[in-house]
Amino acid sequence: MADSIMDLTPKPISGKDCTQHAPDIPGAAADISGEKDDKTYIIEIDHISKWFGDKQVLDDVSLFVKKGEFVTILGPSGCGKTTLLRILAGFNLPTEGSVRMNGTDITEIPPHQRPMNTVFQRYALFPHLNVYDNIAFGLKLKKVDEDSIDKQVRRVLKMVGLTDYEERDVESLSGGQQQRVAIARAIINKPQVLLLDEPLAALDLKMRKDMQLELKQMHKELGITFIYVTHDQEEALTLSDTIVVMNKGKVQQIGKPTDIYNEPVNPFVADFIGDSNILNGIMVEDRKVLFMYHEFECVDEGFQPNEHVDVVLRPEDIYIMARNDKGQINGTVQTCIFKGVHYEMTVITDHGYELLIQDYNAFEVGQEVSMIIKPFDIHVMHKERFNNSIHGTLKDSAHIEMLGGLFECEPVEDIESGSDIMVDVEFEDIELMDYTEDGGAAGCVSFILYKGNHYQLTVTSDNGDDIYVYTNEVWDDGDIVGIRILPKDIRNIRRI
Amino acid sequence: MKKFLAKSYLYILLLVLYAPIAIIILFSFTNSKTIGDWRGFSLDLYANLLSGQAAHSATITQAVINTLVIALIAAAISMLLGSIAAVGIFNIRNRKVRKAIQFANNIPMINPDIITGISLFLLFVSLGISGGYVTVVLAHIAFCTPYVVLSVMPRLTRMNPNIYEAALDLGATPLQAFNKVIIPEIKPGMVSGFILSFTLSIDDFAVTLFTKGSNGLETLSTYIYADARKGGLTPELRCLAAIIFLTVLILLIIINRRSSRFNKEQ
Amino acid sequence: MSLSKLVQKRSNWVAPYVLFLVLFVVLPLLLIAVYAFRNPAGQFTLQNFVKFATQSEAMNTFIYSVGIAIITTLLCILLGYPAAYILADSKLNRSKSLVLLFILPMWINVLMRSLATVALFDFLHLPLGEGALIFGLVYDFLPFMIYPIYNSIQKIDKSYIEAAHDLGATTRQVFTRVIWPLSVPGIISGIMMVFLPTISTFAISEILTLNNKRLFGSIIQDNMMMSDTMNYGAALSLIMLIIIAITSAVSGDDSDLSEGGSLL
Repeated sequence: MADSIMDLTPKPISGKDCTQHAPDIPGAAADISGEKDDKTYIIEIDHISKWFGDKQVLDDVSLFVKKGEFVTILGPSGCGKTTLLRILAGFNLPTEGSVRMNGTDITEIPPHQRPMNTVFQRYALFPHLNVYDNIAFGLKLKKVDEDSIDKQVRRVLKMVGLTDYEERDVESLSGGQQQRVAIARAIINKPQVLLLDEPLAALDLKMRKDMQLELKQMHKELGITFIYVTHDQEEALTLSDTIVVMNKGKVQQIGKPTDIYNEPVNPFVADFIGDSNILNGIMVEDRKVLFMYHEFECVDEGFQPNEHVDVVLRPEDIYIMARNDKGQINGTVQTCIFKGVHYEMTVITDHGYELLIQDYNAFEVGQEVSMIIKPFDIHVMHKERFNNSIHGTLKDSAHIEMLGGLFECEPVEDIESGSDIMVDVEFEDIELMDYTEDGGAAGCVSFILYKGNHYQLTVTSDNGDDIYVYTNEVWDDGDIVGIRILPKDIRNIRRI
Repeated sequence: MKKFLAKSYLYILLLVLYAPIAIIILFSFTNSKTIGDWRGFSLDLYANLLSGQAAHSATITQAVINTLVIALIAAAISMLLGSIAAVGIFNIRNRKVRKAIQFANNIPMINPDIITGISLFLLFVSLGISGGYVTVVLAHIAFCTPYVVLSVMPRLTRMNPNIYEAALDLGATPLQAFNKVIIPEIKPGMVSGFILSFTLSIDDFAVTLFTKGSNGLETLSTYIYADARKGGLTPELRCLAAIIFLTVLILLIIINRRSSRFNKEQ
Repeated sequence: MSLSKLVQKRSNWVAPYVLFLVLFVVLPLLLIAVYAFRNPAGQFTLQNFVKFATQSEAMNTFIYSVGIAIITTLLCILLGYPAAYILADSKLNRSKSLVLLFILPMWINVLMRSLATVALFDFLHLPLGEGALIFGLVYDFLPFMIYPIYNSIQKIDKSYIEAAHDLGATTRQVFTRVIWPLSVPGIISGIMMVFLPTISTFAISEILTLNNKRLFGSIIQDNMMMSDTMNYGAALSLIMLIIIAITSAVSGDDSDLSEGGSLL
C-alpha cells in the first residue's frame, strides 16, 4: 500500500509526495529512453495557481511527469484540468508557480517555441486547408524541404490509418477521421510531450473505445510523453500509467489506476471513480470499524480510537446470498437490473441503509438476503471534517455575519462586537430552504454524496465557504438554496 | 388555394415594387425626351451616353469616374479599417468596453443619412476643411466601415477559437498564425464587406451632397439630383440608371450567394 | 512598451477604428449640439429653438412630416406584414430568392427610386402630389419593413408552433397567441427603419410633389445649406437626433438593424 496516497488530508499532494510516489510508476519511460534514471522528470509543474479575475481555477497544483509516461488529468468539468493543460501548452500564464521542462523553466516561453504539441478538444483543424496541408503545417513553418515533408506526411497518415486522404477537405471528414488528422498534425512535429485535451469527447461510444486502443498503441510506438485530459473515469483507467484526479482546482489524488480505484483518498475520488457505497463509520480500534450497526474487521490501522470515518465499499465487493444466519448484515432486495455481465441490485438493510451491489447471480425483488464484506474489501478513509468550522464576524451580541449572510445566535457576552470569530455547526443542524430569502445566507449545492441512508451535500455559500450538510431531502447539483441555522445550533463561538 | 392567394399577393407586390424600375429600364431603350412617350426600340440613348454625344456628356462621364473612384477608395479603406477593428473588438474581454464600441459602430447605421451628412458637414466646416474628394471619401468610410465590421464579426465568432492556438502550438509565431489561419478564415467576410461598402458608396446621395463642398465635385447621385431639380431628367440618365441598377443587382446577388454558402457551411 | 508588444495584444487593434469613430461619428454628432446652441456669431443662444417653436413654417412642416410618416408606417405594416409572414412560412414559400427580390430595392439609391416613381406616374398619366408622395414613400420604405418582420418570424422555432397545436390551439390561435407576439420585435425594428427616415427625407418630397409639399428633412437641408441659417439647421437636426435617441431607447433593440448588414 502506498503511504503517500493514504495521506490523511485532501490537501494538494505536493511535489515531495509525488517524488516518494514516483517509484510506483511503471518504468515504461525508462525502457524507451534507455535511461534508467527515475529521477529525471520531463515536466515539473511547481506549485501553480491560476486566477481568472477573482475566480481561482487552480490552487497550488504540483505534478511531476516522467519521460514516456501516459499521465491522465481526470476531473469533472470546471475542475481546472483544461486550464492546467493550457498552461503547459503556453496559452495561459500561471498566476503563481512555474513549469519546467527537462529542468529548464519554460513558464513564460511562448507556445510556438515549446517542444510540445496539442490535440484540441474540437480538433481545431484549419478549415481552409486540406488534410495534407493541415498535417504539413508545422513542418512547412520549419522550412523542411518538400520531399521530406511529403515522406513524413505519408508516414503519419499511414500511422493514423488515413492513407490516401491527403487531398480531402477536412470538413468532409467524420469526427473520428478529423481526430486522426489532428493527432497526425501534432505527432509529425516529433514533440517531446503530446498534450491531449479531451480528444475523444466528441466521438460516439464505439468510436471512442476503438480510438482508446489506438492511442494506447500510438503511445507505445512513439515513446513520447502523453498528458491527457478527460472527465471520463473509465477512459482514464483504461489508458493511463498515472492518473491525477482533480476537483475544484486542487489535486485530490495521484496514483496508478488500480491504486486510485482501490484506495481512494477521499469520498470525492471514491465517488468519482467507479461506483461505490460510501457510509459513515466509527473506527473502534485498529482493524475494527463499526458501520451499518455492525462491527466489521478491516485491515486499516493508525486511526484514533472511536474516530469518525468514511467507509468505501465497491458494489462488486459485497457478497450477497439468500437470507441465512452467516451474514454480517441482512436486507431486502429493492431493485434488480441486468447489466450485461452482472446484475446490479439495490438492497435495503434491516437498519435502513441502501446498498448498491453487483453480482453474477440475480436475486428477486423483495427477496430477503444476507451479505458479507471481507476485511480487505473495506476501505476506511479519514473524514475531511467532523463538523463545520465557519469563520465569521460578531456583529452584535446576538448576530453573526458569516457565509455571506447574517445569522442570529444565542447571546454572546465575553466577546466584543466586530471581532473575528469561529463557530461550529453540526452537519445535521443545517437546514436547506427552497428560497434563498428563507435562510440567513444563500448558497449553491456543489457536491452530493449518498451515504446509504442520507445525503451529504457540499454547499458553497455566497462568500465562497464550503459547508457540509446532512439531509434526507433530494437536491440537485447546482441548486440555489437558502441556508438556515437555528441560534442554538451555532456552537462554540470563539475569538480568533 | 391558400398557397395560390399568398403567392399572388407576393407577386403583385413585387410587380408594384419593380414597375418603376422596369419602366426606367424600358424607356432607356427608346429615343424620347419623356417617359411614357414610346418611340420604338432604339439604342440611341446608350450610344449617346457612351460616345459622349449627350448633353453635359463630359460632366456625366466625370461624375461616373468620381463615383467609382470614391467607392473604390472608400471600400478598400473601410475593408482594412473594419477588419482590423473586428479582430480587435472580438478580442476585447471587457464586456462594457466591447458594448460601448459596438454601440458607436451602430450609430452610423441607425442615423438617417441626412444626420450623418450634416454632422460631418459641420465637422469639416469647424475644421476649416473645404469639401472635396477627401471629405467625401472620409464620410463614406464613416458609414461603410460599420458594415464591414458586421460582416467580418460572424466569421470570427463562428471560428473554432482553438485554431489560432493550434497554429501557435505547431510552431507559428503570432504573426504567422494570424496570416496563415485568421486571415483565410475572415477573408470571405472581408470581401463581402468590401462589395457591400462599394455598393453603399455608389448608392449614397445624402451624405455626399453635404460633404462634397462647392468646388464642383459631382457624383452620379448628386448629378442626377441637380439634373432632376432643373426639371426633367436628361434622357441618357435612364440608361445610366439601368446600368447602375444591374450592377448593384449583380453585386448584391454575389454577396448573398457568399453569405448563404457561409451559413450552409455552418 | 514597444510597438510590437502593443500590436501583439489583439484587443488593441480596435484603436485606429475607435479613433476614427470618435473623430468622424461621435465628435460630429456633438458638433450638431454645439452649433444648435449658438448664433452665427458663435455666442450661446436658445434662439434657434425659440424660432422652431414659434415660427409656423418649421413647426407645421414638422407636424405634417410626422403625419405623413405615421401614414407611411401604417401602410408599410399593413402591406408588409402579410408579405413577411408568407415569405417566412415554409408551407407557403420555399424560395429564398423571392426574399432576396423583396430586399433588393433596399439597396437602390433613394433618388433613383423616386425618379422611377415619377416615371411610373408619368407613364400612367397620374398627377404628382400628396398621393404620389405617399406612394413613393411606401414604395421606398416597404422593404425596410418587410425584412425585419420576416427575420423575426423566421427565427421562431417551428416547435413552438407544433407545441401550440399539440396543446389544442387552432391555426388562428397559433397566430394570435404565438406568432404575432413573437414577431412584435420585428415590427418595432421595422417602425424604426421606416418612421424616422420618412420624417427626415429630403429630395424625395420635392421630386414627387413638384416642390409643393416639403418634409422636415427638406427644411433642415435648406437651412444647413446657407451659412447664416446653419445654426438653426443644426438645431432642427438636434431635434431630429433627440427623436431618434428616444425611439431607439424605447424600442431598445437594434439587433435586427445590425443583422441587416450581415444578410446581404
